[in-house]
This record gives sequence, structure tokens and C-alpha cells, in this order.
Amino acid sequence: MLTINFEKCTGCKICEKVCPFGAIVVIDAIAQVQDNCTLCGACVNSCPVDALSIERKPVPKEELDTFSGIFIWGECEERDKGTTPKKVVRELLAQGRKLADSLDQALTVVVLGDDKMQGLEALITYGADRVMRCQHKLLGRFTTDSFTNVIAVIISIEKPSIFLFGATPHGRELAPRVAARLHCGLTADCTGLEINEKGELVQTRPAFGGNIMASIVSPYTRPQMATVRPNVFSFEDPDSSRKGEIVNFNVVLSPAAIKTKVVAIERLRDEKEVSIEDAGIIVSAGRGCQKKENLKLIQELADTLGGVTAGSRAIVELDWIPHTKQVGQSGLTVGPQLYMAVGISGAIQHLVGMNSAKTIIAINKDPDAPIFKVADLGIVGNAMEILPVLIRELKRVK
Amino acid sequence: MKIIICVKQVPEIMDITINPETGTLMREGVDSILNPFCEYAVEMGLDLKRRYSDIETVAISMGPLQAKSALMRCLEMGIGRAILLADMKFAGSDTWATAFTLAETIRTMENDFDLILVGKQAIDGDTAQVGPELSEILNIPQIMYAVGIDLIDNNKKVRVKKEIEAGNEIVEVKLPALISLSKGPMIGSVSSFQEILDARKKELRVVRASELTIDENELGLKGSFTQVVKIFPPQVKKTGMVIDGSEPQGAAKKLIEFLKQRKVV
Repeated sequence: MLTINFEKCTGCKICEKVCPFGAIVVIDAIAQVQDNCTLCGACVNSCPVDALSIERKPVPKEELDTFSGIFIWGECEERDKGTTPKKVVRELLAQGRKLADSLDQALTVVVLGDDKMQGLEALITYGADRVMRCQHKLLGRFTTDSFTNVIAVIISIEKPSIFLFGATPHGRELAPRVAARLHCGLTADCTGLEINEKGELVQTRPAFGGNIMASIVSPYTRPQMATVRPNVFSFEDPDSSRKGEIVNFNVVLSPAAIKTKVVAIERLRDEKEVSIEDAGIIVSAGRGCQKKENLKLIQELADTLGGVTAGSRAIVELDWIPHTKQVGQSGLTVGPQLYMAVGISGAIQHLVGMNSAKTIIAINKDPDAPIFKVADLGIVGNAMEILPVLIRELKRVK
Repeated sequence: MKIIICVKQVPEIMDITINPETGTLMREGVDSILNPFCEYAVEMGLDLKRRYSDIETVAISMGPLQAKSALMRCLEMGIGRAILLADMKFAGSDTWATAFTLAETIRTMENDFDLILVGKQAIDGDTAQVGPELSEILNIPQIMYAVGIDLIDNNKKVRVKKEIEAGNEIVEVKLPALISLSKGPMIGSVSSFQEILDARKKELRVVRASELTIDENELGLKGSFTQVVKIFPPQVKKTGMVIDGSEPQGAAKKLIEFLKQRKVV
């Protein structure tokens, strides 16, 4: 139930403006709640004097069973002057499709953005039954406040049984905010999803840096929410014969709902450069490369192979590369066809960020380096001596 | 101005394995440390205290009584006082129950806070969820993955440099707010002998469940929305071949052969 503290309420009307349902009206300088309130929580966060609060009661089992539909967040990224869904969305669609089929429910992808959103039709070819297009000028750039508001509203209207997010930096900011607003269980960074005999979503994730796997359920709350690690699930080629619909969702959003203000952006990767998350070939450097100048060799090898460069946390901390290229638990998860680890010992925190790569090659001086445990081909030797020869030979055979 | 730093004690993760017979975690003999990202948050709090006047710092943790040592570390680094939420009734909390308990504690005991600092994730659970869940429950804005913080507008606002996927953003927000740290200010937190002695005189309050105004059903495992149904060891990838690379020419040749086999070149 939404309650209003009349002593605190100043009648400022911000809640009236941010409510997507017109469920709050300010009468005689005091806010009043109407019957059509869905408890989406948009108003609570926007109130400048903390006068609004929602009391949520545990939902009875029978009501939980009425929640239906698999929803995923279609996170977009800037590309070619537009914003298009990220690769992780295709992975989520493929996985969501399997869940939807085994539950016999529909698969919806929710895409938020401004008028620069592109490529939504393609989401149907990757498995969506419905694309929900949420367009608003305040959604052009990700903010936790605006995106949480819109997704919480959609969940309170649509009542899906499952809601999945990519475990990207933004996904991991957004999902816990939405889950906490709606009092839902949330499992982080899943690498396995399936439906058990009770129809519950079993969410499997690594813990303790990947030394242990845990399977988790959310028996009492709906939707069952999870963030899903990128580059773990594969997806098939698009199927242009698939049918689906694109629907426009009417977004109500006021600038008053957005508390944070971006005053400057410093780009360390230009739009044209392939993100390491999407790269097919990665040559990755570690502290074993000895000094920053040696990264020229890494770059040259990456160029020769048609790939991109990346690195371990250690060399990010040494300021050899920007954090946008960091592979691992506290950086990005990559899943290329080829991952070449040069001078990386392979701490477990690094391995969890790259061990889904198809082929792993490691060069390291230390024969006991843990990276060799996951490598398809390991070379014990001095990378700085091997790389120049390798580059020369590669250029010759190409 | 009051800065709260929420911290977690974590095991040194490399040693954790599963007992193959019982299927439970084997944590005996594993050292515990203050989570490194929490240490960044502590350092940031101390750096702000050093750079601006009239700042009180409070560290809060939830965990078993042995987590006192993580809070003692905070006090040695220079934090003013500390609170440990320790009770069997908190055991088994998932991220929601943890955030909820922390939020209720802050509301009842430290409600005049201006800023909450947290680490961006803990290296054991690695969920990065408690920070955002805490800020949602407290109904304050959040800024994640911060690497630098300045107080502006008479300490009424913060200007934060945060990491984003393509680089960095400078974001401003009015306080109160919650900020998660991706990196610390690197102020060098080696405590002096005197600081270590002084830390013993500082307040380290242990708070029990009965001191909070929360229904028992909302605490710990009972209050958690998620349930762990199974833990198991990860599949170990079959090790490939390891060759001697002491002779660069030969090593490069073998590598190219391998790439050709895998059709990369």
C-alpha cells in the first residue's frame, strides 16, 4: 500500500508529475492516492521530502502463479550515431527462448532509448515474440533513476514470471535497484538458467571467484530476477521467418525523477573501436610483459591477427591500459574465438573473465602459472622473445 | 557531515573448496581480510575527511563476531567508530536481507548521514547488489564504479568521476547519496604504531537483532528472497598441451601450426 505522510507533504506535485498512471492527485496542497496505483514506486523515489512510502506484503502462492511471461532488458549501446541492442541481448534472447518454450510463455524484450534506437526488428529474428519499445527523450542516456522507474512500471503492469538483465556494468546497477523497489529476489551474474519440476527458475552462478558453483531459486517473489553473465550463452543465426510484434510503450518520465546529472564524459574508447566484450580475437597482456613499451608488440600481434588488445587488472592498475580493456571479475567478461594470454599468470579472478573463450593460448615464463590449466595451447617461455618471431612469421604466411 | 562506510569481511578466496563428501564449504584455516573494494571505500572516506573539515566517519559491517577484525582494520586506518551487526538471526542473509538489515540499522541509529560509501563488489560473493539495494531501500540516489569524489556546493553535493564501459563520466548529485568505489584514492593506508594503539580506544559497538526494530521473519535466511538449493564444484576444463618455448623460432612455428588447425589463420 502507498501511504502519504501528510505532515511531511508540501504539495509540490512532483509525485503527480512522475506517476505514470495518474494515480496521485494533489488536492488542497496534499497528495492523495487513487485506486489505480500499481505500487511501481516511481513516486517514492522522486519525493523531495520523503513523504511517500510503500508497504509491501508477501505475495500469496496462488498470486505468484498468475505471473507469466519471460522478459529481458534489451540494453543498447551507441553505434554509428544510433543506439542498438548489445550482443548480450542476443544471448539473453536465445536463453530466454528456451525458458519461454519450456514454460509455454511468451518472450518479451524491453528496449529503452530516445529517437536514436535502431535494430529492434532484428530482436524478433533472434527469438523475441514481442519487442516493447520505450521511447522518451530522457532515456537517451542510461541513468539508474530513469531506467529503474520505467522497468518497475512495466513489471507492475505486465507481471512477468521472469525478468533477465545482462550482467554488464549498467545491468548490475539497474537490476538490484528494480529488485529492491519491487521486493524481488535477484541472483547476480548467472552462468546457467533452467526450469525445475516446480516451474521455478534455477539460477546457477559462480561464487568465491569461480571455485564454487551455486544454484539458487526465488520461491517467494515474482518476477524471478537475474543478471546473466555476458559471453557465456551462445546464440544461433537470426531466423527471418520468425513472427513477432513491436509495440510502443507509453513512457511517463519527468526530469524531477532523475537525481544524478552527467556533467562530462571522457571517452577512452571511440565508437568505432570494437569492445573487448564483442571481439572475436583478443591478445591480452599481463604484468609478465615487463614494461608498458612492450605493449606495442601486443598491439602489433592483435593487428596482425585482426583482433583487439586487452589486459589483466594488474596492468590496469599500473596504468598501462584503460579500465575499458580489463578482463576479469572486476572488469569485463569476454568470449572470443581466440584469447591469447601473454604474460598473464591467470589468477582465478582473471580466469572467470575469459574461460568461455573457444580457444585459449597462453605464453608465460612460469611453468606452474594457473593460466596453463585452462589453455588449449601453453608455451613456457619468454613472450617478449617469442612475439617478434611470431608476428614476422604470421605476416609471412598471411 | 557524516560518512558511513559499509564493509564486508571476506575469506582469502583462493583456498575455498568443497568437501566432496558433505558438499559443504571448507573454510577452516582460511584467513579473513577486509574486502579490497571495501578498503577503497574506507580510504575514500578518510581522504574526504582529510580534505574537508568536520567529517565524521562510521564503518558498519554485518557478519560473525570474528568480523570485528575487519572493523578494527578500519579503525586502525583512521575511521572514527564502528558498528558490527552480529547475531545468529542474521545468518544466511541474501543480498536483499543484508541490504534491508543495513538500511534499518542506518535508519534507526545513523539517520543523519550525508554519504554512504561501499566497495563495488565483494570478492567472495561478487554480486555487487547490496549497494544498489541499500540505496533503493533508503530511497537515495546511487553512483556506481566511482574512482574519485569531490564535495561541492558547501558539502551539499558531490562531483564523482565514475568508470563507464567506454571511459569515464563526471556525475553530480545532491546528498544524501550512496557511492560505490571501483578504485581508491591510493592514500597509502599503512597505519602508524600510534594509530594501531589508538584504534583500541575507539568505539566498536556490537549490535544484536533485538536492538533493531525488525521482525525476526525479515532477518537472515527467513528474510531472504533467494534460496541456495545446491552448491557444487565447477567443471574443470580439460588441460590442453603445454610446450617448451625456450627456443622462440620453434615455439612460434608450433603456435602458427596450432592456429591453422583451429582455422584462426
